[in-house]
Amino acid sequence: MKYVDEFRDPKLIRKQLALLEAQVKQPWTIMEICGGQTHAIARFGLDELLPEQITLVHGPGCPVCVTPLEIIDQALAVAALPHVIFCSFGDMARVPGSHTDLLSVKADGADVRLVYSPLDAVNLAAENPDKEVVFFAVGFETTAPAAAMAVETAKQKGLHNFSLLVSHVLVPPAMEAILSDPDNLVQGFLAAGHVCTVTGYQDYYPIAAEYRCPIVVTGFEPLDILRGITQCVQHLEAGKAEVTCQYSRSVRPEGNPTARALLNRVFTTIDRKWRGIGTIPQSGWGLSDAYIDFDAAVRFDVGRLKVEEPSACISGQILRGRRKPNQCPEFGKTCTPDHPLGATMVSSEGACAAYWLYKRPLHTAEVT
Amino acid sequence: MQLTCPLPNETLQEKVLLSMGGGGRHMARLLSDVFFKHFDNEHAQRRHDSAVFRAPGKKVAFTCDGHVVRPMFFPGGNIGSLCIHGTVNDLACAGARPRYLSAGFILEEGLSIDELDRVCASMRRAADEVGAQIVTGDTKVVERGKGDGIFITVTGLGDVIAPKPVGPERIREEDVILVSGDIGRHGIAIMAKREGLSFETELKSDSAAVWPTVEALIRGGIDLHCLRDLTRGGLGAALIELAQTRNLTFEVEESAIPVDPAVAGACEILGLEPLFVACEGRFAAIVSKEQQEEALEIMGPDASCIGSIVAGEGCLIAKGALGNKRTVILPSGEQLPRIC
Repeated sequence: MKYVDEFRDPKLIRKQLALLEAQVKQPWTIMEICGGQTHAIARFGLDELLPEQITLVHGPGCPVCVTPLEIIDQALAVAALPHVIFCSFGDMARVPGSHTDLLSVKADGADVRLVYSPLDAVNLAAENPDKEVVFFAVGFETTAPAAAMAVETAKQKGLHNFSLLVSHVLVPPAMEAILSDPDNLVQGFLAAGHVCTVTGYQDYYPIAAEYRCPIVVTGFEPLDILRGITQCVQHLEAGKAEVTCQYSRSVRPEGNPTARALLNRVFTTIDRKWRGIGTIPQSGWGLSDAYIDFDAAVRFDVGRLKVEEPSACISGQILRGRRKPNQCPEFGKTCTPDHPLGATMVSSEGACAAYWLYKRPLHTAEVT
Repeated sequence: MQLTCPLPNETLQEKVLLSMGGGGRHMARLLSDVFFKHFDNEHAQRRHDSAVFRAPGKKVAFTCDGHVVRPMFFPGGNIGSLCIHGTVNDLACAGARPRYLSAGFILEEGLSIDELDRVCASMRRAADEVGAQIVTGDTKVVERGKGDGIFITVTGLGDVIAPKPVGPERIREEDVILVSGDIGRHGIAIMAKREGLSFETELKSDSAAVWPTVEALIRGGIDLHCLRDLTRGGLGAALIELAQTRNLTFEVEESAIPVDPAVAGACEILGLEPLFVACEGRFAAIVSKEQQEEALEIMGPDASCIGSIVAGEGCLIAKGALGNKRTVILPSGEQLPRIC
């Protein structure tokens, strides 16, 4: 498969590892931001191949993981309403709220549809004028443009029965929250290539400069990740807090101007609560005043639902790079994907779920 | 005054009516004009409560498979071909030649008779391909909204011709794992059709009968330790189940598992693991290492050896291209596409 096979080629990967080995002199802790990268690292066993001086820690870039429990409960409350068609991406469907999840609500009779694009939800609104169609807008800068386009399309078509339950979050404020923490261990970042495809990477220069932390915009295949790490190590060894891009086959410095303009029209930055971390100022998107009529939290009056997270789990420390999943005493015991105790086990892209899938001790049968 | 009969006329309606499940004339009409038209063998034509036949050999295999699929028609097949393939493949994996089949239909009121006719024609064709006959059946009609068009349950009886038992109990350490072709095409074809996803090349379901290949293996003198029809849950679920049943570990090379580039691409985009995507015309064969090459030659160019059985505690271990090993675990339910 083009653009995949060549970036998984064992020969090229070994060559890159040798290059990296030659560069690294001191121990470094590097965080990959994106859950997709964490998943690839675990799936291909990259962390086991790295020089021992390099420690990878796993960042908060899994949208499903960081969606706060109270928004999931709001989604479940809206989905259960009799006149609502509730649309969601597939991987939000199994994420448990306080008491239930979307698939269970569906089994109880709610009209829950798993869609591949927010625009599918707009079409459903046009086809079902007597129903309220709500799209669960979850994700980082990657999925937000499609949600924005859905709202704009609905407005242009005069579809007043369409709305978004918004839980969009932004990467740069989360990086700042991690770096400004007095206990921070992260010395360099691999930024998420697909996020930067939308936003570009201009916003990362001031962060790198202020915290003296190199940032390398990195892709998702094994070779991409190793090249990103190599670039990051080069900067660290040279004492340079540079921002560079490894993923130039997809990312331009300015990002995608059309998508950015659309995002600025439809959304405005607001404070957002992150599951496992807490509220980060100006770290999310809400609908701007011009589109506030399309806000499902307002339309269905569920914004007042507040829930506090149970505190049994260390996902907050994992999302900040202070601990690793297999350092948690509950990992794989009381906490599994079927019974997640917290943020990082709930989604397939969460760090704990990735460790569960790919890094359990060999020759151990599944505990059922 | 002209007298007209208050009953609906006797020609077959275009749609399935509730009355067609009621045991009256409408039902008789449905049976004769659709079912018996396609399933016109001596056993079915007796129109008795049961088919009566001589047990075809000393050993028979007996299985049952229920089918629900949306959409009813998909690239590469429909629920009719699928329900026959599903059942005859179960028989084939017991080393049995499929002989007699039953078909239980649950039809939803309003189903088009034309579609039902096409489904039955496909069933007949699929049965003919392996020399099996649909000899008995049952029909119920449920109210509109209480079914999904059509549900079919097919029971099958087969004549065991493999000289030695074919089953999990014969799997041994050092046996090799063969797979009959590329995996995951059925699951992706159905998902693409159902969800309106389009890819550069249209993917067709792999739905097919595996009996001709299995028969060739038996006739070719291959001692089949175990066969497993790959269906829902795909290759991954089948191997994990066998590993757990035998409490042996199955080690596979990820790079040796054949996946069509279009299926691999769709799985990358949707965040699915090809190992767990459904197949409907593929099987895994466990044979001794000595017979590996001979078996592969009979199975044809699409088949490959993907791994072997080692001592262990009932796990499936996948070896990556970089030498890393991971224990593969079952997904909790149907795989769901991810956000990004």
